[in-house]
Amino acid sequence: MANDEKILLEIKDLRKYFPIKGVKGPGVQAVQDVSFYIKKGETLGLVGESGCGKTTLGRTILRLYEPTGGSIIYDGTPIYENPLKPDGTPVGKAKAVNMLPYRRKMQIIFQDPSASLDPRMTVGEIIGEAIDIHKLASSKGDRADMIKELLRRVGLNTEHANRYPHEFSGGQQQRVGIARALAVKPEFIVCDEPISALDVSIQSQVVNMLEDMQADMGLTYLFIAHDLSVVRHISNRIGVMYLGSLVELGESYELNRHPIHPYTQTLLSAVPVPDPKLSRTRQRIVLQGDIPSPMNPPSGCRFHTRCPYATEKCSQEMPKFKEHEPGHWAACHLLDQ
Amino acid sequence: MSEQNTNKKLLEVKDLRVSFFTPAGEVKAVGGISYDLNYGEVMGVVGESGSGKSQEAYSIMGLLQSPGKVIGGSITFEGQDVLSFSKEEMTSFRGSKVAMIFQNPMTCLNPVYTIGNQLVEALRAHDKNISKPEAEKRAMEMMEMVGINNVEKRMKQYPHEFSGGMRQRVMIAMGLICHPQLLIADEPTTALDVTIQAQILELMKDLQKKTKMGIIFITHNLGVVADICDKVSVMYAGKIVEQGPVDDIFYKPAHPYTMGLLRSMPRVDAESYERLIPIEGTPVDMLNPPEGCPFAPRCDKCMKICLKKMPPYVEVGENHRSACWLRVQEMMNKEEK
Repeated sequence: MANDEKILLEIKDLRKYFPIKGVKGPGVQAVQDVSFYIKKGETLGLVGESGCGKTTLGRTILRLYEPTGGSIIYDGTPIYENPLKPDGTPVGKAKAVNMLPYRRKMQIIFQDPSASLDPRMTVGEIIGEAIDIHKLASSKGDRADMIKELLRRVGLNTEHANRYPHEFSGGQQQRVGIARALAVKPEFIVCDEPISALDVSIQSQVVNMLEDMQADMGLTYLFIAHDLSVVRHISNRIGVMYLGSLVELGESYELNRHPIHPYTQTLLSAVPVPDPKLSRTRQRIVLQGDIPSPMNPPSGCRFHTRCPYATEKCSQEMPKFKEHEPGHWAACHLLDQ
Repeated sequence: MSEQNTNKKLLEVKDLRVSFFTPAGEVKAVGGISYDLNYGEVMGVVGESGSGKSQEAYSIMGLLQSPGKVIGGSITFEGQDVLSFSKEEMTSFRGSKVAMIFQNPMTCLNPVYTIGNQLVEALRAHDKNISKPEAEKRAMEMMEMVGINNVEKRMKQYPHEFSGGMRQRVMIAMGLICHPQLLIADEPTTALDVTIQAQILELMKDLQKKTKMGIIFITHNLGVVADICDKVSVMYAGKIVEQGPVDDIFYKPAHPYTMGLLRSMPRVDAESYERLIPIEGTPVDMLNPPEGCPFAPRCDKCMKICLKKMPPYVEVGENHRSACWLRVQEMMNKEEK
């Protein structure tokens, strides 16, 4: 991917806290000052364990959750702006735009296909609703044609439009979810664990379909998943999150070959490989303990409580997210020495 | 893997058939499967959801839910016929001889009793003579063995005070507290994060070495299978389509379904992008299974006979067998020569 390609989405110091009723302080610090950009036509993968804030980040980018601070710039226009002061507090009132025109450009595919489709609407109505809201069809016939075309695009039959979600298998339901996202002809799609609820033999079908659609329509993806091997396969670049922070970001195969952050190294070594001989010889870094609570994250580097290389400095000072090699970013004190 | 024990049979399942009699018709969840498990052996059972891999395990434990019923075959455990057990015999068999751990540890623990209470209960249910302090001591030893620190305090805590990984450790402790010879693990790591999954897998391997128990490990994750199993049964639509030592299954697969599964996953050692080769089609509708080989409608090597008759097992290597007409054909060609 060439460097001069256009940046479609950029986030700067994006932050999302969820206040807790009756508890003083910032509450759950789900996303802590994350910055990155996504180029047009690119897939950025986002990995991390459950509770690391990757889904929250995806939803905050779409402003399905209102951010607490930072900025989101889509195609050159800030759709949310509330920069952080040097001491870390947001400047004040946020500048935000009306999202309706942006909903057409930015879409999402959810993890659980059965929970994200209204059981009382037919598939045709589910897809048609998006077309109606954005007034994309000129006539009733046009609308019906669009729905048929979308169903065909995701590998379903046109007669499926009159059926209800429960009549489909999990893989087919996910195809409906994808058709709905595509209905408004978006440019950017957040894929929030789109395949983790599917059977192994169906996962690769959906992955291939997402890749084909990207090639045909020039889509840009933010692909969120916890399955590293799939993320590496589909992404151009990968970001690794831990407890709300982005700890490493790099080109996908480079990140796999040379992970530089201790957490990425652990994560990669923990993924079981479908190769018995390799898994017998492989050295696995097993982390002790559990992920700390994002309500009360550790001081300094958030990973220091589980990091095998942690020093004094790590528990006091938050490492800066820096570019260590061209295109390869990480936040770790060890790398600064 | 313990050398001295691997030749003695612990469990023998022969032509086991399980059906569910639903208003919509009979669902043959398990359609005649056979396998042996020796002492100290770990067998992986791989298959998609609905392939019958869990139902097969439930019937060993006598835990089949109505309207499910064992309609044929035999289960022999240490020479005893499990299916002929009375209710009382079954109760003492469960827990003391065979234990099971489940996918979701939260739903398996009672939220209103302390962890210590539940562990002691499990022990005293099978050993009426053990005194309470003695039982508590054993429970604490067990918790230490599965890697839980600070046991005295932890014993008095409730399930919600434990993280997902810790709860799964408690479940393992509870399962092993009566020293069973067979542990059935039904997707024990599926609900866990990769770093926690790595911890639990290491723990299970370690405990297996110490106790020499047999394990049936049900999963859909081939990486986990490669990591922990000695042999593998691949299930599709209620039938074992291929069975063999773990290396043979991964390096010399002899059934198109196994080959398809291995091909459809991103390769571990992939250095650059390779397009995935999915298994086309959708999983079998178990109410109307196809005639002949259940995988035939999705098989890229399907022949006429595959649609008419279920293939017999063919020995393709030592302890390695596969149910596929292609292998039958190969064998016949060899004999002609």
